Amino acid sequence: MSKPILEVNHLKKYFDVKGGVFGRKVGEVKAVDDVSFTVNEGEILGIVGESGCGKSTTGKALLRLIEPTDGEVKFEDQDITSISSEQMRLLRKDMQIIFQDPYASLNPRHTVEKIIGEPLLVHGMNSKEERKARVKELLEVVGLRPYHASRYPHQFSGGQRQRIGIARALANNPKLIICDEPVSALDVSVQSQILNLMEDLRNQFNLTYIFIAHDLSVVKHISDRVGVMYLGKMVELADKDEIYENPKHPYTQALLSAVPVADPDEERDRIILEGDVPSPSNPPSGCPFHTRCPLVMDVCKEDKPQFKEDGDQHFVACHLYN
Amino acid sequence: MSDVILELKDLHTHFFTDGGEVPAVDGVSFKLHKGEVVGIVGESGCGKSVTSLSIMQLVPNPPGKIVRGEINFKDDNLVNFREKRMKQIRGNEIAMIFQEPMTSLNPVYTIGNQLVEAIRMHRKLSKNEARAKAIEMLQLVGIPRSDEVIDEYPHQLSGGMRQRVMIAMAMSCDPEVLIADEPTTALDVTIQAQILDLMRKLNQEQDTAILLITHDLGVVAEMCDRVVVMYSGQVVEEGTVREILKDPKHPYTKGLIRSLPKIHEKEQKLYSIPGTVAKPTMDATGCRFAPRCEFAFDRCFKENPELYQLANERSSRCFLYDNEERGVEEHVQTDSRG
Ligand SMILES: Nc1ncnc2c1ncn2[C@@H]1O[C@H](COP(=O)(O)OP(=O)(O)OP(=O)(O)O)[C@@H](O)[C@H]1O
Ligand SMILES: Nc1ncnc2c1ncn2[C@@H]1O[C@H](COP(=O)(O)OP(=O)(O)O)[C@@H](O)[C@H]1O
Ligand code: SF4
Ligand code: SF4
Ligand SMILES: [Mg+2]
Ligand SMILES: [Mg+2]
Repeated sequence: MSKPILEVNHLKKYFDVKGGVFGRKVGEVKAVDDVSFTVNEGEILGIVGESGCGKSTTGKALLRLIEPTDGEVKFEDQDITSISSEQMRLLRKDMQIIFQDPYASLNPRHTVEKIIGEPLLVHGMNSKEERKARVKELLEVVGLRPYHASRYPHQFSGGQRQRIGIARALANNPKLIICDEPVSALDVSVQSQILNLMEDLRNQFNLTYIFIAHDLSVVKHISDRVGVMYLGKMVELADKDEIYENPKHPYTQALLSAVPVADPDEERDRIILEGDVPSPSNPPSGCPFHTRCPLVMDVCKEDKPQFKEDGDQHFVACHLYN
Repeated sequence: MSDVILELKDLHTHFFTDGGEVPAVDGVSFKLHKGEVVGIVGESGCGKSVTSLSIMQLVPNPPGKIVRGEINFKDDNLVNFREKRMKQIRGNEIAMIFQEPMTSLNPVYTIGNQLVEAIRMHRKLSKNEARAKAIEMLQLVGIPRSDEVIDEYPHQLSGGMRQRVMIAMAMSCDPEVLIADEPTTALDVTIQAQILDLMRKLNQEQDTAILLITHDLGVVAEMCDRVVVMYSGQVVEEGTVREILKDPKHPYTKGLIRSLPKIHEKEQKLYSIPGTVAKPTMDATGCRFAPRCEFAFDRCFKENPELYQLANERSSRCFLYDNEERGVEEHVQTDSRG
């Protein structure tokens, strides 16, 4: 197996909840609560989970776009949670992020040339001619045309805008790209174009991705390994075929059984969970899933299960396996 | 199946905007039979929502207008109805749920106010009886703490709970037709499973016919008896759920199904339809799908194909199904399977 490029240990991000007339802290949202995993060089690690479970917060905390509350993030053996913001700025050359909403993440008043050229300038490509040439090259890499450089974001479709976002992320030859729901806002026919592009780029430039999404079929398609999050915690992590064929955590089992499959002959035992996801500002005691778990035991209400290996490289946080 | 409860005939709904006239619904026809679940699928902007708003006579006017066609509900053409008659139909005989239930719940009234009002519009019950009925309905759709939630406001509920309230409201009127426009698109998959389950019960236990609008072919496979596929304001294919998913005829439907990542299969590379979804325009000539179609030939760029009938309620808007072009169809059959 290749070596880890990123190691995440006990990552936490708590947001203060303010209230009352004085805006005092009245509580906290445990958006990410003690998450650990590694990402190997050249792999695609998928992260899935329902809305609000902490996927985006994890992604942003890894890049320190929001400061982690606690924990360690090691990029190429260097703990980046303790380095200065200037060092972090330089490191962002190697670690990039692309977002779900290509509309919101591109400045509407800038041309594509300026949008893609900006990170080049930030990282020291001062010659305008050089930047122009690089922008044209990047546009071709993502399947756009050189003449698109002079256009504005609103002149493109959603899929094309996502290509622009990808070109911008690629500008400085990063090693790791965090992809936060990059195809969720796209139509099915366009989604597959972007997924194929992202796979090609990974192979061409030996990139590593953390691929965040709520669509389990998309994550299954693109990832090598998959982590499942629930209420700020990672509850299961394994090789993708292993996790899809042999899910261990009751939440993963329910999640997979709930995905509608476009095949009228498909017959499955659907596990329909009751109730809603609890609020992360007031998470349940013990196992965070115990309020909805069909297999809940007494111990689950009191003790937090450990995130432990059960079988080869298959990690799960559940008392059934602890 | 025979008894048709809702039939659209050559419906045209256009928007008159500064940028020109937009034929959002461009000659749509289909039938919904009693107790049946029909899916309308297609990508964003293809006219699904405008079709459902047209049925309810809720197209914002201006800029929108039904310019031609019929919407026959039982023995009446709803296009001719005045607002007053339409109000009696809406929520009563035809109920509707939307993608974002917040827009259809009134934020200043409690859940109870709104449910009780809906129930009393359709049944002669006292306020107290209606309230008891409302709590019962909330329990039925799986809302925990129903007796408390009934006095809460919509913003206090999660998206899934709000959608369940909408379904409770729809169920309490015992409608003959339910139009559900992307009812689970904004919801998480485990909550989606709950909502689909409820809709299935409504269909099976109250025999409500459902028109289910969605872009998710997985939801279609689970819920629908028949499917209508739309592209750029037009119906391009119609068939049973099995025919559409297992033996699609139109190149667009074929491409759409092949583009889906499949959760139970290992595929190397995804198929993808080149280009982007065509916006409906007045000056379109030719097949709307031609610029993206791998089977397009000369004729496709010159004339818009009709919806060729292949069998009863089985059709495809593609020249490959014109008898004159039959030789080509066999070519498609062998070509697209591989
Ligand atoms: N109020 C409006 N004014 C002008 N054009 C409109 C309006 N509402 C819809 N349209 C146009 O009508 C067409 C069909 O829109 P509609 O909302 O029905 O699509 P849809 O298939 O339901 O899309 P989505 O899946 O994104 O909701 C689009 O081209 C859209 O731009
Ligand atoms: N800036 C913030 N302030 C307070 N709470 C936040 C903030 N950002 C995210 N959260 C909360 O953290 C939790 C996880 O959010 P997020 O990471 O965005 O989830 P996801 O991306 O999986 O939808 C949610 O409960 C969300 O409301
Ligand atoms: S620890 Fe208990 S409640 Fe949590 S998932 Fe396992 S069995 Fe269910
Ligand atoms: S009519 Fe021509 S362009 Fe249109 S779908 Fe058929 S083959 Fe393709
Ligand atoms: Mg997110
Ligand atoms: Mg819509």
